[in-house]
Parts: sequence; structure tokens; C-alpha cells
Amino acid sequence: MTNQLYGPVDDVAAQAGHADDHPPRVGFLTDTSVCIGCKACEVACKEWNLVPEDGMDLLGSSYDNTGDLGANTWRHVAFIEQAAPRRELVDLGMPGKGPPGHVAEGLPDAPPGGQQTEQSDRDVRWLMMSDVCKHCTHAACLDVCPTGSLFRTEFGTVVVQEDICNGCGYCVPACPYGVLDVRPEDGRVWKCTLCYDRLSDGMEPACAKACPTDSIQFGPLDELRERGAQRVRELHEAGVEEARLYGEDPNDGVGGDGAFFLLLDEPEVYGLPPDPVVTTRDLPSMWKHAAAAGATAAAAVIAAFVGTRR
Amino acid sequence: MAECHPVGFQWVMEAKRRGATVIHVDPRFTRTSALADAHVPLRAGSDIAFLGGLINYVLTNELDFREYVVEYTNAAAIVDQEFQDTEDLDGLFSGFDQESMTYNPLSWAYEGARATAAAGHRDMPKPEAGAAAAEEEAGAGAGEEAGSGGPPVPGKPERDPTLQHPRCVYQILKRHFSRYTPDVVEQICGVPKDQFLQVAHAVTRSSGRDKTTAWVYSVGWTQHTVGVQYIRTAAILQLLLGNIGRPGGGILALRGHASIQGSTDIPTLFNLLPGYIPMPHAHHDETLEEFVESDAGSTGFWGNMRAYAVSLLKAWWGPHATEDNDYCFGYLPRLTGDHGTYRTVLDQIAGKVQGYFVIGENPAVGSSNAKLQRLGLANLEWLVVRDLQMIETATFWQNAPELETGELETERIGTEVFFLPAASHTEKDGTFTNTQRLLQWHHKAVEPAGDRRSDLWFYYHLGRRIRQKLATSTDPRDRPVLELTWQYPTEGDHDEPSADAVLREISGVDADGNPLPGYTQLSDDGSTACGCWIYCGCYADGVNQTARRKPGSEQSWVAPEWAWAWPDNRRIIYNRASADPDGRPWSERKAYVWWDREQGRWTGHDTPDFEATKPPDFEPEPGAHAQHALAGTDAFIMQTDGKAWLYVPTGLLDGPLPTHYEPEESPVDNLLYGQRANPARRLYRHPANPYQPRGGDTFPYVFTTYRLTEHHTAGGMSRFLPYLSELQPEFFCEVSPELAAERDLEHGGWATIVTARTAVEARVLVTERMRPLRVQDRVVHQVGVPYHWGPNGISTGDAGNELLPAVLDPNVNIQESKASTCDVVPGRRPRGPDLQRLVADYRTRAGMSGSTDTATNGATTDSTTTDGAVMNRRTGA
Amino acid sequence: MGLKTWLDHWPVYRQLTGTDPLGRGAASKSRRRAELTPRTATAERVVKSVCPYCAVGCGQNVYVDDGTVTQIEGDPDSPISRGRLCPKGAASEQLVNSPTRETKVRYRRPYGTEWEDLDLDTALDMIADRVIQTRRRTWQDTDEHGRYLNRTMGISHLGGATLDNEENYLIKKLYTALGAIQIENQARI
Repeated sequence: MTNQLYGPVDDVAAQAGHADDHPPRVGFLTDTSVCIGCKACEVACKEWNLVPEDGMDLLGSSYDNTGDLGANTWRHVAFIEQAAPRRELVDLGMPGKGPPGHVAEGLPDAPPGGQQTEQSDRDVRWLMMSDVCKHCTHAACLDVCPTGSLFRTEFGTVVVQEDICNGCGYCVPACPYGVLDVRPEDGRVWKCTLCYDRLSDGMEPACAKACPTDSIQFGPLDELRERGAQRVRELHEAGVEEARLYGEDPNDGVGGDGAFFLLLDEPEVYGLPPDPVVTTRDLPSMWKHAAAAGATAAAAVIAAFVGTRR
Repeated sequence: MAECHPVGFQWVMEAKRRGATVIHVDPRFTRTSALADAHVPLRAGSDIAFLGGLINYVLTNELDFREYVVEYTNAAAIVDQEFQDTEDLDGLFSGFDQESMTYNPLSWAYEGARATAAAGHRDMPKPEAGAAAAEEEAGAGAGEEAGSGGPPVPGKPERDPTLQHPRCVYQILKRHFSRYTPDVVEQICGVPKDQFLQVAHAVTRSSGRDKTTAWVYSVGWTQHTVGVQYIRTAAILQLLLGNIGRPGGGILALRGHASIQGSTDIPTLFNLLPGYIPMPHAHHDETLEEFVESDAGSTGFWGNMRAYAVSLLKAWWGPHATEDNDYCFGYLPRLTGDHGTYRTVLDQIAGKVQGYFVIGENPAVGSSNAKLQRLGLANLEWLVVRDLQMIETATFWQNAPELETGELETERIGTEVFFLPAASHTEKDGTFTNTQRLLQWHHKAVEPAGDRRSDLWFYYHLGRRIRQKLATSTDPRDRPVLELTWQYPTEGDHDEPSADAVLREISGVDADGNPLPGYTQLSDDGSTACGCWIYCGCYADGVNQTARRKPGSEQSWVAPEWAWAWPDNRRIIYNRASADPDGRPWSERKAYVWWDREQGRWTGHDTPDFEATKPPDFEPEPGAHAQHALAGTDAFIMQTDGKAWLYVPTGLLDGPLPTHYEPEESPVDNLLYGQRANPARRLYRHPANPYQPRGGDTFPYVFTTYRLTEHHTAGGMSRFLPYLSELQPEFFCEVSPELAAERDLEHGGWATIVTARTAVEARVLVTERMRPLRVQDRVVHQVGVPYHWGPNGISTGDAGNELLPAVLDPNVNIQESKASTCDVVPGRRPRGPDLQRLVADYRTRAGMSGSTDTATNGATTDSTTTDGAVMNRRTGA
Repeated sequence: MGLKTWLDHWPVYRQLTGTDPLGRGAASKSRRRAELTPRTATAERVVKSVCPYCAVGCGQNVYVDDGTVTQIEGDPDSPISRGRLCPKGAASEQLVNSPTRETKVRYRRPYGTEWEDLDLDTALDMIADRVIQTRRRTWQDTDEHGRYLNRTMGISHLGGATLDNEENYLIKKLYTALGAIQIENQARI
């Protein structure tokens, strides 16, 4: 039994005891370079999962009035407005033939410039990103859950079972991304299930299905990782040098995310931790001290149960 | 587009991925701008200058697609020597009458040829008509007739294919736009010259044989006093570049309601009959023949208008419509001018209009100058509102802002209000026509609960009941009602009429009741009946073609077997222009339809929008009629001359060419002409509809209204839903950091936006997405005002539409809601009578007449039904 | 319930005896979770529809169970939308099932301060009477110049862009026969 708590894992579902014929691990690639911030994902998620409305507050955070992921928000579209020093403008004309008689020479090339305003030296950029539970390879939430409510599905995703959750909240601080949250109305923890019920029926998650521009892509994780890498290459070739993947690396602090992102800036800009680490990474050393006592106690409890039942 | 049509925007992203350049020209930095290669902010209301600049760039550098332009447009046509341009008359075209403030368009005509508009105002004075007739008819709203019809031309105009004749359209165009230079664009629009040239390069390089450029617009282009001319400017540019009738080209309107296209095709509009046949105007003893003669050209497909009209009359009055009684043409009511919604509201206030049906619309917060709307509602005898939710138009007597200010009192409002709950789209069968002219059938999923009913049910049973009550009447005026074909099968517990049967009637049948295959089968001898000629064939072969749902993945990229497009299932209209004059594709890459010599017919990816077997080299016989008068190269088959009109010799009320005019309310003068605003714009002088004077610093800022992704129009279908409301929970305005500093506005705090109409309060979003622009050596700040709100529902707030004046484009009666002026001050607005005092104070400071009580005091009152076109000469001079 | 079955439902037993010694996956799966089926799979009908918001015309699949709409999703077959929906389209289920949607006719009498109940049939009858009376009172055969008018200027209408073509057709047909001409919709708004 290797890498139970840290580092790359080849097959998270098998590691969690699912039979060999379990389906491939699935996840999300959220490509923010095509996200239009429409929030269809937020609504489609709520519609499918019957998630309650989450407050009528104007947050003043650009067009984001959702705020954060939480028990009643399983998809959250972040809006980042950036004003940065002006970049050189490129000529927008596509290569290729112009209309008959078109002579490119002799026409003034568009020099660097742009909008002359009171702030003529600044360009505006508006980044949007649909955030979601990362379905980590090493999910601390799952490891600290004392009831077994949080579990790893045969798809490799991490799901809270509301019929088991007792609302202890241990998982809440365990999550390095701050995803887990207790719903005050019923005292239980709720989060993205990657539409576990839909997956069981061969359907894609509601958010990915609705997404108008395919910013949210669903599929086998291996495939998504390839697609993500390819898209980054495309963007780099197109001059979008800031494009990078986030959460896709199996060697990162959570063993890679089941839901990873293509970002156009540093993760902090989107409110994502730059270097998340599974909070149970140091558990083994702690276990060394607790193991003996724990094992003894567990054996005693089982013996007592079995004995009584007979 | 990403903002209001997100799912359509997926195709823009597809194009971008394949290398297309995406440019967003908009005063706002929206979710579209965020994904575009370039955002070009410009001053709201200045787009004609911007597009005119592009036209000038094309013409100056001779970048037009010459073969396309010569063969398919009217560039070569010679215009009458009486014509004078705005360049000659300081912003007026020839034919303007200062008294009536309307144009007589006779001098705009082609030399020696009479044209009738395929769209727009067709019943316009012709050379033989007298001045009296011109005065009588020109102001009448003949309407929004996008898509078909053409001005009549007996014989084609003189042409100079070399385009050298000084009075040919091409040369007129060149002179007209010559002053729209990059410098002028910068001065008027606030778009720096370099950025403008970038766009010019991109657009011209991406047009031609092998490439096309598409323009996509929404109401940011139409809701202006020059709205029609905005679209005309884009049309001229696209025609010069050869981008019409070709794949990847076009000027695409993104419309905002599920069937707003359908409600124009089968119009719930005053000036149209189904299929863009005009409503008849009042005359002495006009016959059907005379009606057709004055409204249709004798050449081009509108030459068949009699067949379309007779088939419509047969659909409506069945056996009662005979040749002997002119097919009941006399049953149609007649127009005498502007009967549009703003005119009607003034007549409601004046007590002339007593009854009002409001069906799935919410004018109490959704129309310009919302107060005017509510004053209309409060002066009715009876009002019927049908909607899903309890909208503000139904509750105005409970919570109109005028109750708080004391201008209205519930106990003194005599309007009897019926609210009838409506069925939703899942509770009824029927078709929506989408923005691409696609009719798509939606099936009923569940029965409507309680008293909820479809509007089909309501109108069918209302009509049935009225007919019952009138059954014994011998009054001739009741005959049109009693003889109306009104027998539709019903089904279910509610006696729901069959939408399927109605669609069959719309599609049309022959004398034996067999479904018609298409509009070319329509006859003018009474042997066919068809409720809407452009929809003819949507029930061809007895099959509901609109319900076809062959998966897109199982058919070609044109997807001709998904639903049904009018006309004749053509997905791109005027697609003859996708081939060169000889019928060959302009390029392999852009092949769409072409002439197949071996088969002797047009073929391709789409249904050719051309007579299937008319060869490219066909030349018509002299004196031929309708489509038979068109040559094999006359791609624009609805036009009398078969050509796309760069220059419009008839059909428009405000000039044959687009001209930059300032909005009614603008911070600057017209840089190009002494004439400041559209001289023919439609103004409504009413104390409750005051216009702000030009200049001055009382209302120093430009504001523009718009939508957000998370809401829909005036909010009736979004503000009541928790999942949408929480995403945009209240009314806000957007301002730049510079304006915030200038006016002490605090991010997240409150602002009060003031116009001469009223003041509203909004939360403040300070954002660098809003930018001050430099226009004519001054800084212009723009305020963004999303307009979705009202007092009802979950997400609430003041209605942005309270701020707007009612002032319209004369051609189509659309209001100018995209560019106006205001002031912004920090804090919430005053309550009660203090609100009126604030606004009155502003009016006084602006030097406007009138005092606090707008309902009883102020400027002159426009109280007649025909003088809506009277203009404000002070601002027009 | 046999002992083996009972034990199989006990996560700790499964954890200790099965393939999931840390109790993170197979062993922890609750019975409810194991039996969960999506409501789209159990729907009695899937009805083809079109989104009622903007004019893009996205395809919708409407899932119906026991006479109620239980879910509305994009129709992947549509070449226009390819199964996708925007936030408004995605909220269509909430639109049609909204608890604040009115189900009863409401009536406000002239100068009234409250809504009153009114039977649908009575309402329709009253409206028909209002139309007939207003039409008679405001009828115009000709104008002051003697030109033929054949109309009423007393009845007006607004709305149509959210309705079906068939509905607009009956509306225009009926009003035209009645001689009412002030018929307008959102196309100009």
C-alpha cells in the first residue's frame, strides 16, 4: 500500500477498494480562456442538485454576487477585473487574401496605441473562472471524515453522503481549497458530487452539459490532461503566454486534482492557493504514535460487537 | 453577444479557435469584450460615424469587392439630378419640408425609374402622386418590414457599370462619406485613429472571394432615433465588401425574445399584415388592385403581392372572400398615421383609448419613460394583463412610484384590471421563430394548472364568445367578425384549440384543402388560402416541418432537416450572391450555392434563394412582370431591380443614405453638419415626456441602458426566480473610477441618476471597464444602466427605463434608449414629493419650462393622433 | 435481514474485510447512495421543446414525471445549441414550476384597493363585453375627410414576442376583424 496520503496515485478508485472493472477516473477541465462568465454552470448545478438559493447580496465584486464555494454553491464563477499597463497592439487582420485590388502597402500600419482616455496607459482585462470542488487525489476531507460520509466513488470522485453526514465539520478545515461547508439549515456538509447520480447513468455533470462555450469539459482524467496540455500549447502559439494548467500535476501537494483548470494568470489572482497541500500529509508520522492504542481499541470494539451479536 | 446570447456565442468561440479575429465595438466592456481580440469602446450614439468611417476607408482605398458591387448592388444606378445630399444642404437631404418636418422623397429617385421599397415605407409618394398625398401618407408608420418586398420600379434604372458617372450611386456614396475620415471618427466616437485603422484593416483583409466578415448587432444599434440608418450603414459596408448572401457573412440581428422574429413575421404590429404585407392606409374607395399597385413593385418577387394578399384574405374570410367583393379587402381597418405604442400611450392618457391588452410584456417598467406608460394605464377603462407572474403592469395601481409622490392615488384610479395567469412554454404546443428565421415547434409537456391557459386558448375563446354575442347582429361592421374563419378543433378538458391546425392554416392550402408546398404556388384567383405567405410550406406534405429534429450530428453543417426556415427552408437568404455572376462559387472555400450546368439548375449546400432553373445568363423580356423581370444575375430577388440597395431611392422617411446625427440628448454638437439630430425623428411633446435641451452642464453625462446575462428584459421571467435573482440581486449602475472621483461615488454605495423625466437610485459599481472618452476635445463620461428591475419579484430596484425620453426613429417607431444624458449624484434618491422637487430643480437649472407637476403643467400637449411627427425645431435647427 | 446482509451494510465490517481498509471508498458507500438513480432516467416522458427566453432558440429536453416537469436540460441534437443552455435557459424548470406563478384569475374593480377573486369563465365573458362595448362606442367608419377607416381606436394591445406564432396569428386575425389597429409588441421595444 503506497502513496495513501501523498504523491501520485495511479488508480484512486482501486486504492479505495473499488473492483478492478471500475470505470476510469473522471473529472473536469475548466478552461478559463473561453469562459464567458455566464454562470450557466451555477444555475444548472443548482437545478440538478436542488441546491437552495444562497442569499440576495450585491457583493460589489465585479459581476460576482455568489462570493465563494459553499454548502449552497457548488459552482462559483469568479470575476477578476484587471487594469494593467497597455500591451502593444497587434494588427488584427488575419493573414490571407484581401479583397480584389487590396494593397496592403501604403496603408498606415496600426501602431501601438489604443484608447486615449484619462488613463490612456492602461488596458482592462476581465478574467472569469468557474470554480468547483477539486476532487483531489489525496482528499483530506475524506481522510478526516469520522462517519464515512465522505467517500471515494468508483469514478475516483469525492462525494459527501448526506444520509451519513452528522455535521461534525472536521472536513471543513481539512480542505486546502476551502470548498467544504456546513449548511446551517440542516447542519450537514454539502459540496459538488460531480453529479454522481448522473455519472451512474452515463450522463455528464449538469454544469459541463450546460456550459455554452465548453469552458467546463468533463471526461476521463487522462484524456482531459492531454487536452489541457494541448490547449496550453495552442494558446502559447497564439501568443497567450500566461496560459498554464493548475491542479493537473500528480506530483503536486494533493497528488493532482480531479478537477483542474487552465488559467490565464497566477492562481492567487483567481483566489486559488498557489501550492495546496493535503492537510493529512503528516498523518503517518502521527499515526506511529497513535497506532498501537488505536489498533487495540478497534479490536476490542469489534470483538465486543461480534460477541454480543452471537 | 456573450452577455445576452451566450449559447449563440459558442459559434464565435469556434470561429476564434479556427483563427477568426473577434472585434467588439461597444460603449460597454462586456463579457463579449473579455473574450474578443479587441474591444473598441465608442461613445453611445456615434456608430454611424464609426461605420461611415469604415465605408470611407473602403471607398478611398478602393478596397470594395468590385465585381460583386457592380453586379449585385445598385452602385451603378444613376440618381435623379434633383437629388441633393447632406453634404450640399448641411445635414439635410433634398425634399425636406420645414413646416411638417418630413421629407418628400421624390428627388431621391433613380433617374427615369420608379422604385418601390422592398422593405420600409412602400406606400410612399410616387412621381405621379401629388403633394397633398405626400403630406397625408409620408408620416404614417408604414413600418418595420425587414426581409422582403421592394420598391416598385417600372423598368430598371440607367446604369454606369464603370461607376464613373457623377450621379451614379457609387460616386454619390463616395462624396457622401468622404468626410468620415479616421480623424473625424476619433472626434465623434472617441475612438483613437490608430485603433479605428486596426479595425479597418481587419475588416477589409477578412473580406473578399476567399474570406467573409460578419457583423452581429442587437438593440445597441436599433434603439436610436437613427436606428434604421445604423443598420443601413452596416449594410452598405457589407455590400461593398461582398459579405451578403455568403457563408460567414451577413449582418446578423440577435433578437431578444423567443419569438420576436415570429411576432414581426406574423405581426402583432400596427402597420403590417402577415408576411410584411403593409396594412392599408385610409383612402377614398381604394380597391385591392390599387392597394397592390401602390405597395408592391411590378418587378421582383413582390410583384406577386396580390397572390399573397388574396391568399391571406381567403385564409381569414374563407368562402366569404370572393372576387366580386375584392376578397373582403374592405374588411381590413385602415391606418391614418402613427399608431405605435408610444402614440397609443399618449392617447390612453388623453382618454381616447379605453381598453388595453398586455400579453407577456411589462411596459410599466419595460418601456421608455415608464411613468408615461403608467399614466396611460391609470387612465384606461379596462386593462387585461396575461403573464406568468404578477408583474408591475398589473400592479401599477398598488405600487406605481407615482403613488408615493402623490401624483396618483389608488382610490382615484378607475382602471378595471383583469389579471389572467398564462401557460408557460412547457404547457402548450406551438412554434417560436428564432433569430435565424427558424420555426421550431415545442411540444406540450404538461397541462397548465388552475386558471392558467395558453394565449391561443384565450384568443380563440374570446373570439368565439364575441362572435356568439354578436351572432344576431345585422350591423355591417360586425360582418368581418362573424364571417371570420374561426373554426379550430379543440382538445382536452380545457377545450384547448389545436396549434397544429392553426399552423396548417398559416402554411396554406389549395382549393381542395391540400397543404401547399411553398409560396410560389400561391395564386391571386382565390384558389389558395395562406395565413402568412413567407411561412408557406412549413406544413408541406401534411407534415409539420417545424417539428423536424434530425440531430445536427447526423446531417450537413447547414442542418437543413432541423426545423424549418422561412422562406422555403432557406438558411441564408440572397444566397445567389454566394456565387459569381456566372454561377460559380467565388472561391472553393466559400462555396455555398452554385449553378450546375449539366443539370441546368442551382444547387449547393442550401436551398437556393433563386428560381431553381433560371440560368446565370438569363436576360428578361422587356415588360416582364415579377420575378420574370429579373436577370440571372439579379441576386436580390425581392428588390424591384434585383439589386441590393447601397442607396435607397424610396422607402425611408429620413433619407436615402445614413448620416451621422447626434442623439436627441447628447453632450456635443454635430461635428459634421449644422443639423444636429435626425430632422425627421419622431418627438412626442407632452408634459410628462420632456426633452432635455442640448449643451449645458445640468445633464453632463451620457447614459446607456442594457441587459445582463443573468436577467431577461424587464424581468418578468427572471426577477421572480431565486436562482437568477441571487446572481444579480439588485439594480446597479456602472461608472468609471474617474467619474466616481468627479462625483464622489462610492463603490458599493448608492447613486441617484437624474434626468428631466425623473430620478432613480442604484447601487454603484466603480469599474475600469467603464472608460471616459475624449470627444471633440472634451472628456465624455458614460454611465451604464442595466434596466431589468422594478418593485416586484425577488430581485428588486428602480427601473432604469424611468430615465428615458420617448423619442423615436421615424421609420420603425423604435425608441432611443441607448444614448441619452443624465446627471449622477451620490446617495439615495429623495422619497415622496421631494423626488419631484429634485427633478423640477434640475429642469429649472436646465432652463426648461414646466414645474413640479408634470401631469398638469408644462410644455404644449400633443393631443391629436396624426401629428406625432412634429419635431422640436429648437433642437433640430 | 440475514447476518451477512446486515454486516455488509455495516461500513466498518466492509472496511475490515474488503478491499478498502481505510474506509475511503467502496466500504463507505451508503445504501442510499448505491441505489441513487438520476431523475432523468426515471422520468416517464422526455418532451422536445425550445427555450422561452432569447431568440437563439436553444433546444430543450423537458423531463416529465407524474404530470410535473422535473428537469429541463439542453437538447444535444440541436445544431443551434448542441445541448447547451445559458443561466436563464438552465433556470427554465424554476420558471415553469415557480411557486409565485399565479394560478387564479385576479380582478381589480375600478377604484378598488384590493385584488378580488373571479371565475375564469366570468372574466372571459366580462372581457368580451368590454371589447364589444368599447368597439361600438369608438367605431370610426370614415375620417373627417370622408376617407374609409372601418376601425376602432378604443382598443389597444401590447405584447407578442414571447408568444407562439400560432398565438400571434390568432391575435392579429381577431383584432383585424374587430377593426382594432393599435396592436404592438416588443419588436419596437
